[in-house]
Amino acid sequence: MNFWLELVVKTVLVLILVVLPVALVVIFGELKISAHIQSRIGPYFAGGRFGWAQPLADGAKFIQKEDLIPAGADNPVFRFAPYVVLMGTFATFVVIPFGPDLAAENLDVGIFFLLAVSSLSTLGVLMAGWSSANKYSLIGGLRAAAQLIAYELPLVLAALAVVIQAGTLSLSGIVEAQANMEIFGLGIHLPYVLTGQILSFIIFTIAALAELSRIPFDMPIAESELTMGYLTEYSGLRFTMFFLGEYAAMISLAAVASTLFLGGYYLPGLSGDALKVAGPFILLGKTLILCFVFIWMRWSWPRLREDQLQSLAWKWLIPLALVNIVVISIFKVVL
Amino acid sequence: MTDIDARAAMHLSDASVSVELETQGMTLNIGPQHPSTHGVLRLVAKVEGERVMSVQPVIGYMHRGYEKLTEVRTYAQITALVNRIDWVSGFANEIPWIRAVEKLMEIEVPERAQWIRLILTEMTRISSHLLFMSSYPLELGAATPLMYALREREYVMDLIEGLTGGRFHPNFNRVGGVKPAAGGGSTQKKVSQDLPAGFFQGTREAMDRIDSVMDELDELVTGNEMVRARTIGVGVIPPEKAIEFGLSGPNARASGIDFDLRRDGEPYLPYDQVDFDVITEQTGDSFARYLVRKEEIRQAVRIVRQGIDNIKPGPLQAKVPRVLKVPKGQTYVRTENPKGEMGFYLISEGGRIPYRVKIRSASFCNLSILSWILEGALVPDLVAIMGSLDFVLGDVDR
Repeated sequence: MNFWLELVVKTVLVLILVVLPVALVVIFGELKISAHIQSRIGPYFAGGRFGWAQPLADGAKFIQKEDLIPAGADNPVFRFAPYVVLMGTFATFVVIPFGPDLAAENLDVGIFFLLAVSSLSTLGVLMAGWSSANKYSLIGGLRAAAQLIAYELPLVLAALAVVIQAGTLSLSGIVEAQANMEIFGLGIHLPYVLTGQILSFIIFTIAALAELSRIPFDMPIAESELTMGYLTEYSGLRFTMFFLGEYAAMISLAAVASTLFLGGYYLPGLSGDALKVAGPFILLGKTLILCFVFIWMRWSWPRLREDQLQSLAWKWLIPLALVNIVVISIFKVVL
Repeated sequence: MTDIDARAAMHLSDASVSVELETQGMTLNIGPQHPSTHGVLRLVAKVEGERVMSVQPVIGYMHRGYEKLTEVRTYAQITALVNRIDWVSGFANEIPWIRAVEKLMEIEVPERAQWIRLILTEMTRISSHLLFMSSYPLELGAATPLMYALREREYVMDLIEGLTGGRFHPNFNRVGGVKPAAGGGSTQKKVSQDLPAGFFQGTREAMDRIDSVMDELDELVTGNEMVRARTIGVGVIPPEKAIEFGLSGPNARASGIDFDLRRDGEPYLPYDQVDFDVITEQTGDSFARYLVRKEEIRQAVRIVRQGIDNIKPGPLQAKVPRVLKVPKGQTYVRTENPKGEMGFYLISEGGRIPYRVKIRSASFCNLSILSWILEGALVPDLVAIMGSLDFVLGDVDR
């Protein structure tokens, strides 16, 4: 089959089978968890019980809204921006392994591809901010661009430490390396976060939060200063796309963090066919746990300032990540 | 200037354009409809990137002409108007107004009514400051403290509503005392001449709840590293600037000005018989203003508890003529409201209607420092500083 056709089919399949259902679950989780953190009940009636249909109802409501394009907007760019955001996010799912031999495309340079395309969505954010003909949107878009430069380096450097330890750029390879790694010959195979990568994991998580523009790093949106930042002028279906893109990105980064640090689809004690069956669910479970942590942070903390993020990234995360790489490399050579 | 000079100047300007990228300042119009302007304040900010170069506040979107209205309303009717000046502390607004009228009429208010006024004023202070405790973290980006603080504020609002009939606009003060409980017609005067049953018990319970939620908020907000990073050292007001701009209330006390009309002013309610501390902070930044308000809630809880302990049975209302006629004269009464100093300058020419009333509201003066303090701030700090000044637009525009 044609390579491109195959890629499109696989991407669509991953989207329909994985991204959309999990995104709905995470949106519902955000509604419920935030409600319980704030001592509210949250959605209750939609769908009969527990308000499980609330994300669907919200989506249906958004679709009914008028699709507004501001008079001064750069029309094609304004229309195209949500797709760029979604594309950058959805493309990451192609390389995430959901089980042994269960990835849409097991690229040899998986992690490289993933980090490259996930930065694409920031381009969409910048397009949205620029084309909206709104000063709040512009500031929001520029903040997103500044944020990209600040957090992308620690993110890549933290992932690099894992790549050094695993000796491969392929995501499946990284999971297998975690499954096969012996520490001190004890016969227990632990994920990387417990075997020397704890610092990379923390750096990666912080940088991922900044990439997601979630509190405490949601300066591009910052509803109390910039109304809604680059989202200010979007409504209806286009807003829904940004909204979906945000949650899809959260799942994608949580899945990547699980793959790199928490063993991905691998669980100690499982192997062979059992792992093949349980793999996707194990990855999903780890992803959802990380998503819960992201949601928890969002509803407990205020937002930092743009310059504080920059100084955090340049003065702390990047030097720490570099030191981390040196330490990991030494261990890799010595052990 | 000769021709050659002009040409040289042109070249020079060309050179500067090609050498350095010149950026153009942007005028950012914040408000009147904006999530964090507390109503309809408009700020015309000149920004360069994230840096605010100058700010021009534009007010008047809420102007309702109360000073003019007072010239065509009777004294009793004006009580209902002054409720709406600073709508989050309605009861406290009534005190300086009623006090001014009573002072001109030389009416001695019964002791029980004085204590009820004191308890309700402090409960209003709690509710106003709890609103600050909820909205300020929200402006910094934290959504959860809002729910916690508003939940407890609701208990205070319920008590005020149960007592006065109005959540926001109690309209409870009468010249010479306070309004007896609802349903008090002439036939039921004997049974209904006091507060609703269970009010004091309910108030005690609410105060306990507020103490516990303050501990919760301490953990959630005060100790939070990010709140500290966002507020400490942001928007510092030196004491002399605070005095220059006429700041009052918690904003001035956060700059180290140890002045509180409850303690230092002309006595107006039995504050001399209760034990409380005037909270001051020395740093004058946004965090200090937050701390002062937070501690003032605890002090207000203390005052309310003592008020309940000290109150004695007695009449609620002094003997007042049926038609209120204020003798000729003028007076100025100021009180310590939750937002700061509130004053009424009342001129009476005799008769049922005041000649002129000048309202000095705290938020108006507190807001006047905005253009000085926001100069050179960052856009996120603009929100943090504006929120920490805690003004209400109804109080600004009147």
